[in-house]
Amino acid sequence: MGFEWTVALRFLREGGMQTLLIVAGTTIGIAVIVFITGFLGDLQRDLIKRTLGVQAHIVVRPAEEVARPLRDAPAAVTQIPQIQTRAQRLRSVEQWQSLVPVLADTPGIRAVSPVAAGPGIIARGDASKTVTITGIILAPFVAVTRLNEKIVAGDLRVDPGDVLMGVDLARDLGVGIGDKVRLSTPTSPGDAYQVRGIYNLGARNLNRAGVYVGLATAQALHALPGGVSSIELAVDDLFGAPKLASRLGHAMPHEVESWTQANPQLLAALSNQTIMTLLVRFFLALVVAIGVSSVLVVAVVQKTKEIGILRAMGASRGRILRVFLLQGALIGASSAVLGSLCGYALTSVMSGILRASDGTRIFVARLEPDLYFYTFIVAAMLGVVAAAMPARRASKLDPAMAIRI
Amino acid sequence: MNAAIIELADIRKTYNEGSPVATEVLHGVNIALQAGEFACLIGPSGSGKSTLLNLIGLLERPTAGSYLLKGRAIQQADDDERTRARLRTLGFVFQFHHLLPAFTAIENVMLPGLMRDGAFTREHRAHAQQLLTSVGLADALNKPPNQLSGGMQQRVAIARALSLSPDLVLADEPTGNLDTHSADEVFALMRQFNKTKGTAFLLVTHDPRLAARCDRTIELRDGSIVSDAPSSAASTVEHG
Repeated sequence: MGFEWTVALRFLREGGMQTLLIVAGTTIGIAVIVFITGFLGDLQRDLIKRTLGVQAHIVVRPAEEVARPLRDAPAAVTQIPQIQTRAQRLRSVEQWQSLVPVLADTPGIRAVSPVAAGPGIIARGDASKTVTITGIILAPFVAVTRLNEKIVAGDLRVDPGDVLMGVDLARDLGVGIGDKVRLSTPTSPGDAYQVRGIYNLGARNLNRAGVYVGLATAQALHALPGGVSSIELAVDDLFGAPKLASRLGHAMPHEVESWTQANPQLLAALSNQTIMTLLVRFFLALVVAIGVSSVLVVAVVQKTKEIGILRAMGASRGRILRVFLLQGALIGASSAVLGSLCGYALTSVMSGILRASDGTRIFVARLEPDLYFYTFIVAAMLGVVAAAMPARRASKLDPAMAIRI
Repeated sequence: MNAAIIELADIRKTYNEGSPVATEVLHGVNIALQAGEFACLIGPSGSGKSTLLNLIGLLERPTAGSYLLKGRAIQQADDDERTRARLRTLGFVFQFHHLLPAFTAIENVMLPGLMRDGAFTREHRAHAQQLLTSVGLADALNKPPNQLSGGMQQRVAIARALSLSPDLVLADEPTGNLDTHSADEVFALMRQFNKTKGTAFLLVTHDPRLAARCDRTIELRDGSIVSDAPSSAASTVEHG
């Protein structure tokens, strides 16, 4: 390959401005592809985190109760039963105490938080609101939801008699830290609780939707002695959650739901985003390849005489073919190196510009050796594919004709 | 006594074969060149000289006839084999566009070695330097072709054609675009290599002065050889 390398490098160097321009164009294309690829994952993870708020990645709850007709009709009689869907009452996840350590030991699950949640009314003076009253065990709940990051006033504590609520609910009720509110449920006349902490989840409806109390308090309020209404899980791989959920669902007699089933509109938005960026990347790659192709087509025409002389001197068709394929690969590979550097720089700059509503960075620039390695390989192959047509044309030149020109 | 390098028997070449505008440009040419010969091919424009040279140089295939290169039938060989034969047996000197502008003078001379061995070696460089020195270009080794005069470029081209010591050098009007002085220099170089290295030369020329100084003159007219004799006899032939 010594001959091919030498001649390909010299031809590219001789190309001067032509080579510089195509490398520049290809570099920009690859930089944008690297940038999009690198930050899409971060962007989506951030979007999910913010949209889900304190929702868990996977929720285990008791299977729905189904109404079944009791009587078996004789085979000859066609039965048209009218079955009313059963109202789902609040029930405990069976055997939840033994389930929690099993779940905690399952690979891929980061945190396990049993909760007891149900409807209730929060009241202060004449003002009252219907809310979801959720009983939590603080440490695992924080591990699942990161509620600790969202506390804006007071403490994150749910001792007996304490209640945590969102900023908007607190404002509606006109309460602050230390004030008393009354919590009641259909099954319990309720009692007075002290506002211990106020959180902000970044969305009004979420800040109004519920309050948090200790697990034992909630069990008493919801008449679920010793029970939990669901077990909430945090996983390591967000996008692997649906698979994990369906695996868990098959392994236990409970209903297991991942965030994608609970938020189909979010999933649809994310997959549309993924498809869009795939399309953008595909067409960018296509444009880059066509650019490389067209430059090499011109180069073959410019170098017709030289190709003819090389053929006459004893360079085979295969060698001429490889000289031009190699030029494509070299353009692709050198642009991949430059493009990866530019892509990294672009990510660094954009991570400072693209920020969430609360001012935090949506993503951070990272060096991703894998991404750069694949970019290098793909770009070099893209260069070879782009060079295929011009290279074939060069190798098919009739030397006698080429010299005569 | 000498082995024939090329033997052409009843070579015919038709362009656009099978179409209504088919034209036969060579009508049964017979030529044999022995090792160490110094021959020239003359004839008016359109007589088929370049076509004949391209056929001998394995750049085109004859329509009919037989061509033995060093005793081997070559016209049916595939492109790769003909390419290899060009690299090892033949050298080319063209009238225009002789050198590759992306390479320096010495690298141009080293190119055939690169093709044969896959790398520029120290031996190639030493050999190329020696060849360029012998054509009087010891000072221009590392200059790119565009900094050399036409005569100098043609001398580099001759050095390149000789770099793998071919049996036969084919030169298509090697002095065609040079002034008389440079033309004489280039011609003298070819004669010198013919004597010292025993390389056979076949050159196409329009210049009767040069033709007279070859050992043998083959005259082609309208696609047929009209005379093939030692040069003193051929020099009397009038040119149309």
